[in-house]
Amino acid sequence: MFLTIGTDLAGEDAPASDFGFLLHKNPARPQAIDVTGGSAHVFYPEATGERCTAAVLLEIDPIGLVKAGRGKAAEGFTLGQYVNDRPYAASSLLAVALGKLFRTAMNGRCDARPDLAARPIPLEVHVPALPCNGGADLAERFFAPLGWTVDARPVPLDPEIPAWGDSRYVDLRLTGVLRLADALKHLYVMLPVLDDAKHYWVGSDEVDKLVRAGEGWLAAHPEKDLISHRYLAHRRYLADAVLERLAEVDGVELAEESPDEGSVSLAVERRTTVAAVLRELGARRIADIGCGEGALVGELLKDPMIGELIATDVSARALIAAKRRLHYDDLPDRQRDRLKFLQSSVTYADERLAGLDAVVLMEVVEHVDPPRLPALADSVFRAAHPAAVVVTTPNSEYNVRFPSLPAGKFRHPDHRFEWTRAEFRTWSQQVADRFGYTVQFRAVGAEDPEVGPPTQLALFRREDAR
Amino acid sequence: MKIDVPALSLIVLVGASGSGKSTFARKHFLATEVISSDFCRGLVSDDENDQAATKDAFEVLHFIAGKRLAAGRLTVIDATNVQPEARKELVNLAREYDVLPVAIVLDPPERVCVERNEQRSDRQFGSKVITRQRSQLKRGLRSLKREGFRTVHVLESVEEIDAVSLERTRLYNDLTDRTGPFDIIGDVHGCRPELERLLTDLGYTLTRDDVGRPVDAVHPDRRAIFVGDLVDRGPDSPGVLRLVMGMVASGNAYCVPGNHEDKLLRALRGKNVKISHGLETTLEQLAAEPSEFRDEVAAFIDGLISHYVFDGGNLVVSHAGLVERMHGRTSGRVRSFCLYGETTGETDEFGLPVRYPWANDYRGRATVVYGHTPTPEPEWINNTICLDTGCVFGGSLTALRYPERELVAVQAAEEYYAPAKPLHVATAPSREPDVLELTDVTGRRVIETASHGRLSVRAEQAGAALEVMSRFAIDPRFLLYLPPTMSPVATSPEPGLLEHPRQAFETFRGQGVTELVCEEKHMGSRAVVLLTRDDGLAEKRFGLAGRGAIHTRTGRSFFGAELTDELLLRLRSVASAAGVFEELDTSWLLLDAELLPWSAKAEDLLRNQYAAVGAAARTSLPAATAALRSAQATGLDVGDLLASAERRTANAERFTAAYRRYCWPTDGLDGVRLAPFQVLASEGATYQEQPHAWHLGVADRMVAAGPELITQTRRLFVDAENWDAGVGWWEELTGAGGEGMVVKPAANLTRTAKGLAQPGLKVRGQEYLRLIYGPDYTEPANFTRLRDRNLGHKRSLALREYALGLESLDRAARGEPLWRIHECVFAVLALESEPIDPRL
Repeated sequence: MFLTIGTDLAGEDAPASDFGFLLHKNPARPQAIDVTGGSAHVFYPEATGERCTAAVLLEIDPIGLVKAGRGKAAEGFTLGQYVNDRPYAASSLLAVALGKLFRTAMNGRCDARPDLAARPIPLEVHVPALPCNGGADLAERFFAPLGWTVDARPVPLDPEIPAWGDSRYVDLRLTGVLRLADALKHLYVMLPVLDDAKHYWVGSDEVDKLVRAGEGWLAAHPEKDLISHRYLAHRRYLADAVLERLAEVDGVELAEESPDEGSVSLAVERRTTVAAVLRELGARRIADIGCGEGALVGELLKDPMIGELIATDVSARALIAAKRRLHYDDLPDRQRDRLKFLQSSVTYADERLAGLDAVVLMEVVEHVDPPRLPALADSVFRAAHPAAVVVTTPNSEYNVRFPSLPAGKFRHPDHRFEWTRAEFRTWSQQVADRFGYTVQFRAVGAEDPEVGPPTQLALFRREDAR
Repeated sequence: MKIDVPALSLIVLVGASGSGKSTFARKHFLATEVISSDFCRGLVSDDENDQAATKDAFEVLHFIAGKRLAAGRLTVIDATNVQPEARKELVNLAREYDVLPVAIVLDPPERVCVERNEQRSDRQFGSKVITRQRSQLKRGLRSLKREGFRTVHVLESVEEIDAVSLERTRLYNDLTDRTGPFDIIGDVHGCRPELERLLTDLGYTLTRDDVGRPVDAVHPDRRAIFVGDLVDRGPDSPGVLRLVMGMVASGNAYCVPGNHEDKLLRALRGKNVKISHGLETTLEQLAAEPSEFRDEVAAFIDGLISHYVFDGGNLVVSHAGLVERMHGRTSGRVRSFCLYGETTGETDEFGLPVRYPWANDYRGRATVVYGHTPTPEPEWINNTICLDTGCVFGGSLTALRYPERELVAVQAAEEYYAPAKPLHVATAPSREPDVLELTDVTGRRVIETASHGRLSVRAEQAGAALEVMSRFAIDPRFLLYLPPTMSPVATSPEPGLLEHPRQAFETFRGQGVTELVCEEKHMGSRAVVLLTRDDGLAEKRFGLAGRGAIHTRTGRSFFGAELTDELLLRLRSVASAAGVFEELDTSWLLLDAELLPWSAKAEDLLRNQYAAVGAAARTSLPAATAALRSAQATGLDVGDLLASAERRTANAERFTAAYRRYCWPTDGLDGVRLAPFQVLASEGATYQEQPHAWHLGVADRMVAAGPELITQTRRLFVDAENWDAGVGWWEELTGAGGEGMVVKPAANLTRTAKGLAQPGLKVRGQEYLRLIYGPDYTEPANFTRLRDRNLGHKRSLALREYALGLESLDRAARGEPLWRIHECVFAVLALESEPIDPRL
């Protein structure tokens, strides 16, 4: 990974090579220091009276990076930790190296040329391979408000395979008249933020670092929310090590689990509606199948009428997250006795779920491949055979009402399908007929006169249980 | 005095303190068979005489006894057991595990008990206690049978107690020493003509009495087993009884009773039974027989045992089936299950009881054969089969040949009796024979494999696999196999090379394997292909609509439903044209193959990981190189950095060239190719013992039949004499950009003195390895560190997965229950979740 920063000090009463004083790096002597993951070299391709350019070359040792245990902790045993763009692209590692190489310059101190350090000077920055998650446009949005003229050119993924289009890298050139300390701070914050990659390590002191580096400019930046969100976003409680490994065996990538619909209020509304339906049923023994992080069971736990709650998920990781979220281990004994977490799967019959008052499948069916839906129906309606089943799923007709959702796209990358109201009704009715249930339908969220509610709900009741 | 006790029973010793129970138990039973209350008191309180610990002690005693009985072990309770409440709990325990409770009462004169207690220093209680215990005993003595004890033995003197010789008798249902072969015959219901025909078809010779009625049937080396319901509804129930009674009497047949026999017996004994469901016909027919015959019939039915366990425990026959925990057990509950099965308590629209589908949950080792519920076609469900094919309703009379598992049937001459519900409706599948249960796959599991012994899967591994299997894999009914991981060769000592064929040859030679085959490693994705010969066959054989499946190493489908079906259709026609189905005489075929190009499946990975690395490298390295050159031109000493940047630039170009070979454009199925290299299984057969030359021959014929779709797997056979040819071939392959090759024992499955040989070792090319170890892996500083690879774990894993794969194939080919196949497939996926260096 590589970048250059240079100046001609035009308009200044100083030779361009004085830039070396500002950086505290002697143009006549290449310098190297050890940094995380490798070694950082500073040298000057040119240092004359007219122009002075410093280059930073970070030689990453990918093997050492893995052996140091950093990669393993974050990514598990995947090939991605060995074959990746870290040796080439300008990411958080380069930002860290900049911080270490130019700490004094970044603080604006220069005892030899204090006035130059305090004044905006003409600067040129070149980052030939900058990972830019969000496209060249985002680089413009991030840097332009700070006074830079931005030239960000997308790098093609593979010139011999034009169909693949552009890569996530841009060849970035910034020009502007800024204080060197500010320029370095901008790079220090923006490189990892633009990269937005998961190998960026966020420690607990990162908030302080951001506050320090952002001093004087971040607060007024029009994109400050996005910048700080991304800067702090990649704190990962749990690595999906195993899942990633098995995905890689297949040569596929796991979909990033981004939140669906972008609407917190719909999720709340769904929970409230389901909880109300369960109250209406008078259900006392309930299973939430596919509990995810446990938002619904957390809600249901508050209802003293509910005596037994079973929260299941196919992902052991999700269960750990749910327990943490609900502070399960710290609950009073009586509360904890009401709630049980089980790893289970809707495609296998699970006798531990047999004979309950109600089973909830909230936003679960659409994560199951359509050919496996009969197995789901069998395990829930035949094997578990509860008195009632509550199913919610997106109403695909409503998707046109989400402005940010491209047409034809599902609300979540792991959705295998999304049903229209008619499709959901057909499936539900068939299942009800087959397993001896009756079914009625409800809306979740405000009903749109044209396309219906955002979420649809089916309430199944066992015929002999009415 | 000789006392017989059933080999599996709960023996309850009854007697006052000092009556000699422990001595008696020591003399006649193994120490581990006897659980004494004193011992249990000691366990929980450190004091065998601490009466305060009695409650806890008995909980422990019942727990241990329960575990032993569940495991089918005779158990002796050494406690006073003089109070009826104490005995009642033990009788209940015996009932819970369906074993016979036996009481042995030791009641020597009181002075004997008192004397013995006085001699013991640890017993504090006086004679009063013994007097009380003996009087309690006397009061209960007469009601022991009524309490539920099957047999009661009372020993009233020291001499009598000392003179006892105890013998363990085999249970009546235990015919484990009879190994067959057998012909198991379904519900006859008075259809004598059909039974005569069936027995004749099966090779039995009928013996007739002087009026021509069959009274016996004999086969030179087989025995018949009747599953009951010989009588009612049909034209000649007495004739059927006469024949079967004759066969049983002469030892040519065994017979278990059906519910119809049970009811007939009660009717014959004058009990008040409802004369319906065909009983009226039997009674009418029997009325024409002499009364001695009716007595014989009653005696015959009365003597029938409700189920039998044959052939070392591998075969269980009863009328209505039997859950595993009741195999070889004896109780009223067992008898009732055998005769009537289990019902859910509901009735269907025809007013018939809805039967609990016990066979769906059956996971036992023994084959269970039964009748009772008419079905149009007998169907294996989890190693159980119902042979009632509704002969009396105009269906057929069916026999199962055991151990061959062949079905033989004769058509009914007519519909003798109208069924309450139409025969075809009877089995309109309200059941799902292939329901998998979570307990089939989760938790710590141990799987017995034929080729590599017992293999275990840890609970956490199973948990990880559960998520992948549930979220991404295809229907388990089409998922018969997952391929094992493959180990690379040992690291080459040659400079600049991590892998070289010589190490593969040497490793195999070290195990005494010298006949080898080198197979080209295709630049694609591993694919397992399940092909069926005709539409509809998949549903018939696997219970799932479709033409089969094309799935990845973790069980995902390569394509959506439409493309899968289209590709399967093309592959089917190629395999048909190549005559593969005919040659293997099968309706389905499982192939091990590579699907090309890799980009067809892994395009996202290629783009986001490999191409991205290439793009970043190609952009940043030249910029860095140019800057370093400028710096050098100004006289700075950056020579080392410049040389490194230049080499890395070249490495990046090579890396880019390496991944580009895996990409060619595909559109739908256009451009997709399959390179089969091994036949995994077909109906009734697996092929791991067939040499690779045979497998490649099959593949070559597919290539010839469909060259536009099928890619050949190039290969070279080598032996100890021509390693150089193998090396040369590998250099040629990899020099031309190939991925490398796999070296396998030419004979295929190979057992060596040290166990199973690796099924293959991969030898990857130097350039391909850039995709695995990184563009700069050849840099000296990196290379020396990379040479240090630990292959032991990978090899062990490869063998375990290989053995599990073979096991699943064997089970699939034999038509074993889905859960048996799935547990192996699942285990392979679970093992794959082990953290292991992914570069190996």
